[in-house]
Amino acid sequence: MEFYLNAVLQGLCLSAMAFGIFISMKIFNIPDISTDGTYTLGGVISGFFISQSYNGFAIVGLVMVGGALAGAATGFIHTKLKVNALLAGILVMTALYSINLSILGQSNLPLLNYPTLFTVLNVFQNPTQNTLFIVASIVLILLIIVSYVLKSDFGLAMRATGNSQTMVRAMGVNTDTMKIIGLAIANALTALSGYLMTQLQGFADINMGIGIVIVGLGSVIMGETLINFFAITSVVKMLLTVVLGAVVFQLVLAFALSLGINPNLLKLITAAFVLLIVGLPRFLFKKAE
Amino acid sequence: MIDLQNLHKTYNAGQANKVNAIQNVSLSIKQNDFVVIVGANGSGKSTLLNLISGNVLPSSGKIFIDDKDVSRQPEYKRSPAIARVFQNPFSGTAADLSILDNFRLAALRTQNKTLKIGVNQNFKNKISQQIAQLGMGLEDKLSQPIGSLSGGQRQALTLLMAVMDDLKILLLDEPTAALDPKAANVVMQLAQQLTQQYQLCTILITHNLKDAFTYGNRIIQMAEGKISKDLDATAKTKLTQNEIFNWFS
Ligand SMILES: Nc1ncnc2c1ncn2[C@@H]1O[C@H](COP(=O)(O)OP(=O)(O)OP(=O)(O)O)[C@@H](O)[C@H]1O
Ligand SMILES: [Mg+2]
Repeated sequence: MEFYLNAVLQGLCLSAMAFGIFISMKIFNIPDISTDGTYTLGGVISGFFISQSYNGFAIVGLVMVGGALAGAATGFIHTKLKVNALLAGILVMTALYSINLSILGQSNLPLLNYPTLFTVLNVFQNPTQNTLFIVASIVLILLIIVSYVLKSDFGLAMRATGNSQTMVRAMGVNTDTMKIIGLAIANALTALSGYLMTQLQGFADINMGIGIVIVGLGSVIMGETLINFFAITSVVKMLLTVVLGAVVFQLVLAFALSLGINPNLLKLITAAFVLLIVGLPRFLFKKAE
Repeated sequence: MIDLQNLHKTYNAGQANKVNAIQNVSLSIKQNDFVVIVGANGSGKSTLLNLISGNVLPSSGKIFIDDKDVSRQPEYKRSPAIARVFQNPFSGTAADLSILDNFRLAALRTQNKTLKIGVNQNFKNKISQQIAQLGMGLEDKLSQPIGSLSGGQRQALTLLMAVMDDLKILLLDEPTAALDPKAANVVMQLAQQLTQQYQLCTILITHNLKDAFTYGNRIIQMAEGKISKDLDATAKTKLTQNEIFNWFS
């Protein structure tokens, strides 16, 4: 039980990143590979400052600014320097590896003896309940903020940018600026996931972000299946399906591990699972056509 | 209102597939003018509109809007004065957004898009009334993604969206090409009514010679990137539909 509860916690921690992928992938149609790097960036910034005995709450702004800068860099390289979006993401991800290593100073930093977000605030006696409460509250707050932004006039312009650039430009919107801001927001959210996960697991690791973009994609695609199935148009509900996708994803991985699968194969399973949920609907559709 | 001076546009310059889409076009259009442009496929009509809107930048020559040189200005900076209906019905609307959200964006064409929530009951009622004048029953579908509508329905809505915010210039690129005859009629009548009501400078591209004959107070024919005929209001009233027809034989 504890095992699956932990999977739920991880899923909730990763929801912020899934929101980010929802923005970059679903709204802008940009596959943002730099996610792997910004997630780790969020983790190593948290790790560094927590190991300096900073309060877990105090550094959240710093983490998000770090992620936003990285996202803006990807956006700038893609829109202003006209570099293919995939390549722009890979460039930033590669550069971030060195930056992350410099911040952390070592490849793995344990934080077990330092106070974290989940230990400084005690609403419940039971530490697991306490953690669940804090993580769920953070996800709820994020959901409210992100859905508000997406419903605002600015958010409408952002969502329209991914649909028809021709239309949005005719509406007086600078689509380049819009993409840069959008990727900045997306990566600020991604860094926030790294921040949460580092404190949940009690360590920061230079490789913690490897393949994380696939996890985000898988979560969003699972959410999308629900969105299409129920013809959901409300932004709040869409984001809820993304959270659900992120949690289910972690539960599936936990289930795979509980079957006794070698943890070294976890990334392989992750990739295979995402391939399955991406490929299966297309495969089925083709047959129907 | 619009002044074009020795405009040239070459696509793929210096390559084997280079196209001289616009060649030395000079044109002056006044406020309250309703100009109809006709011409064969590929004669440069859409390119001319794209040059005016800033969607495409000229290879050489100057573009003045309201006596201001906008030749190098990107589209999003010119859009406060210009509203458009595109030849492709899917270009003018954001498919995943609802009809209402699309209209909200259109209502902000000249303004900043802030973190305010602008779609409220008031706005909804106003849009519902406006859309009802199309007679397509779309006023009951305001919350539906606009992408779920037909191309013709989207095109008609795009025209209404064009006048949601202040504008001086209305550019219509074959707005009725995707519409059935009844809807086409509604859209053309609406375009004319809006032009008069808001005292717009309207440019209409059409392959429908009946529309070219019926609407507008000036008619221009384009051929191979040049203006081959340009008839003012007096000349246009003397023109018969048959004569326009003969331009194309
Ligand atoms: N983006 C582009 N790149 C290269 N060539 C282009 C581009 N846009 C237009 N052209 C070429 O420029 C010429 C004029 O095209 P334009 O679209 O202006 O014609 P049009 O008069 O609007 O035709 P239609 O009646 O078919 O819409 C054509 O030869 C076309 O192939
Ligand atoms: Mg055309």
